[in-house]
Amino acid sequence: MSKTLYDKIWDDHLVHTQDDGTSLLYVDRHLVHEVTSPQAFEGLRNSNRKVRQPNLTLAVADHNVPTSDRSKGIYDEESKLQVETLEKNCEEFGIKLFGMNDKRQGIVHIIGPEQGFTQPGSIIVCGDSHTATHGAFGSLAFGIGTSEVEHVLATQTLVQKKSKNFRIKVDGKLSIGVTSKDVILQIIGKIGTAGGTGYVIEYAGSLISSLSVEQRMTICNMTIEGGARAGLIEPDQKIFDYLNGRPMAPKKENWDKALDYWSKLKSDNDADFDKEVTLEGKDIVPMVTWGTSPQDVISIDGRIPNPENEADEDRKNSIERSLKYMGLKPGTAIKDVKIDKVFIGSCTNGRIEDLRDAAKIIKNKKVAQHVYAMVVPGSGLVKQQAEQEGLDKVFKDSGFDWREPGCSMCLAMNADKLKPEERCASTSNRNFEGRQGRGGRTHLVSPGMAAAAAISGSLDDVRKFQN
Amino acid sequence: MQKFKTIKSIPAYLPIVNIDTDMIIPKQFLKTIKRTGLGKNLFYEMRYNEKGTLINDFILNTSPFNNSKILIAGKNFGCGSSREHAPWALLDFGITCVISSSYADIFYNNCFKNGILPIVLPEAKIKELSEYSKRKEEIIVNLEEQKITFGNNEIEFEIDRFKKKCLIEGLDDIALSLEKNPKITEFEKKLSSKRPWIFND
Ligand code: SF4
Repeated sequence: MSKTLYDKIWDDHLVHTQDDGTSLLYVDRHLVHEVTSPQAFEGLRNSNRKVRQPNLTLAVADHNVPTSDRSKGIYDEESKLQVETLEKNCEEFGIKLFGMNDKRQGIVHIIGPEQGFTQPGSIIVCGDSHTATHGAFGSLAFGIGTSEVEHVLATQTLVQKKSKNFRIKVDGKLSIGVTSKDVILQIIGKIGTAGGTGYVIEYAGSLISSLSVEQRMTICNMTIEGGARAGLIEPDQKIFDYLNGRPMAPKKENWDKALDYWSKLKSDNDADFDKEVTLEGKDIVPMVTWGTSPQDVISIDGRIPNPENEADEDRKNSIERSLKYMGLKPGTAIKDVKIDKVFIGSCTNGRIEDLRDAAKIIKNKKVAQHVYAMVVPGSGLVKQQAEQEGLDKVFKDSGFDWREPGCSMCLAMNADKLKPEERCASTSNRNFEGRQGRGGRTHLVSPGMAAAAAISGSLDDVRKFQN
Repeated sequence: MQKFKTIKSIPAYLPIVNIDTDMIIPKQFLKTIKRTGLGKNLFYEMRYNEKGTLINDFILNTSPFNNSKILIAGKNFGCGSSREHAPWALLDFGITCVISSSYADIFYNNCFKNGILPIVLPEAKIKELSEYSKRKEEIIVNLEEQKITFGNNEIEFEIDRFKKKCLIEGLDDIALSLEKNPKITEFEKKLSSKRPWIFND
């Protein structure tokens, strides 16, 4: 029977299947961070259990770490305790950890690929919903809860029921100024935040294969915002080249064996998908969110929708609620919306190509007077690379703040956050109420669009700034 | 895990769709290293004003709903972040059953790991139940028989057989999986010859 890539990875990891289809899957790679793991380690200790495969586990502190000067440690007592707890747990259970002052430290979904820990055809989990990012390598990667983190630590397996197959095909080419962030925002706008619930998404089509490895990560990253736990892309030569030589990538004869296995990872031509959606590259334009759900997107030329035009009662209520929270009026051109802050970073858009994209726009220009703008590189290595290329200087010269790596204002768990009613153009992935700080208003955009907004002081079209 | 018993309670209805886990428990409470104590911060930004005082007309702040064990909510409940702090907060508040027309996958799974029953009902039934909830009368959720009783009415619901068994018997997932240890070991043996690079990084 013909199979999808998801079917194949699933089958290759089956340890056991019950009559009702509930399966035990082997986990090849487990990423751990400080927020969703303390209770899992505590659980292990309470029941006298060990970590089954410490070598398949990699830990990093990212959510809580300060992104300003770290020499004095963490100021916030609770954050500090959580980061120290991770350190202690890793030591006790023999898990490799990138500590706060390690230059390899960074956002968990950035360091996995960077180290070559993320590999095609593997099952990768983490107590974090954006684990889907790693699907860009043709792996089955998804977020799990803390009880499941404990389960994986103890057994290196996970109990799962199989999802359905959903293919999203994007053909054609990206227009100038349009990025993979716009592609995924447009997809979420089309399928809705629950459109992928119960499915694993495979992204396919000529536009998807034309994307760089990092651009693919941006797409897979936001799969969860479309409701699907995992999104993946068939791995190709770009992926293999990216991994070759990374510290944790296979070496020597193992590399050859891996390459042989990886090259076969693709959906059969006649494989069946339970659901399919198609998009054309030429229809994709720079996008921006106006509301409090990632599906609330419009093109940068668009206007804020009017709830009165909605037939569906639920939808109408939720638009009204969003507009009230966002402080926006129906019919306003989104380009007329003034912003207070700009955040460039996160596991969606905190990689080197993202920083290059933004720097290209901001070069020799100034951040608008009333705007505070910050760049938070996704990892220590991204930061180092950017500094070698002089990007830090470009950002600083134009008035951006240049920070230490971490999650930062993507979820505002550390000191970086919006004040009530402050409005932010952000390259992160969630515009939920309160996500970037209580009462804060988030507009999700691509790095280039964030840079354009920083210059104009209001949401703006990046295409205006193309040199 | 606590065994799931039949619940009798006045349900609280929250008529909002896409309630995300950031709304259920905001990030400032994720700094804890414990599973307990989150109940007082459940739905924090809807329950408390900027000064931290209770907002009186929020449903879970009003009697009798402040003692509800059952929460009825709009579709796509629990979307967003995977934080298990969301079910922990619900549980700590006293809610052991959620009723909605759909859930985000990770949240749905997380409920079962914590002895919370997430029931899926068609929109029409949700309407019926939420209407009924205005009477402030108790309803009964019986998992064994997969039915909800309210007044003289009954609604049946579907649930995965295995998940039901785990809830009713309060089974420990990890212990169950560890019983398969020989199979895991056998899988690992095969893995080291089939995909040797997995172990040799
Ligand atoms: S950057 Fe944001 S979305 Fe990504 S892992 Fe950190 S908090 Fe989560």
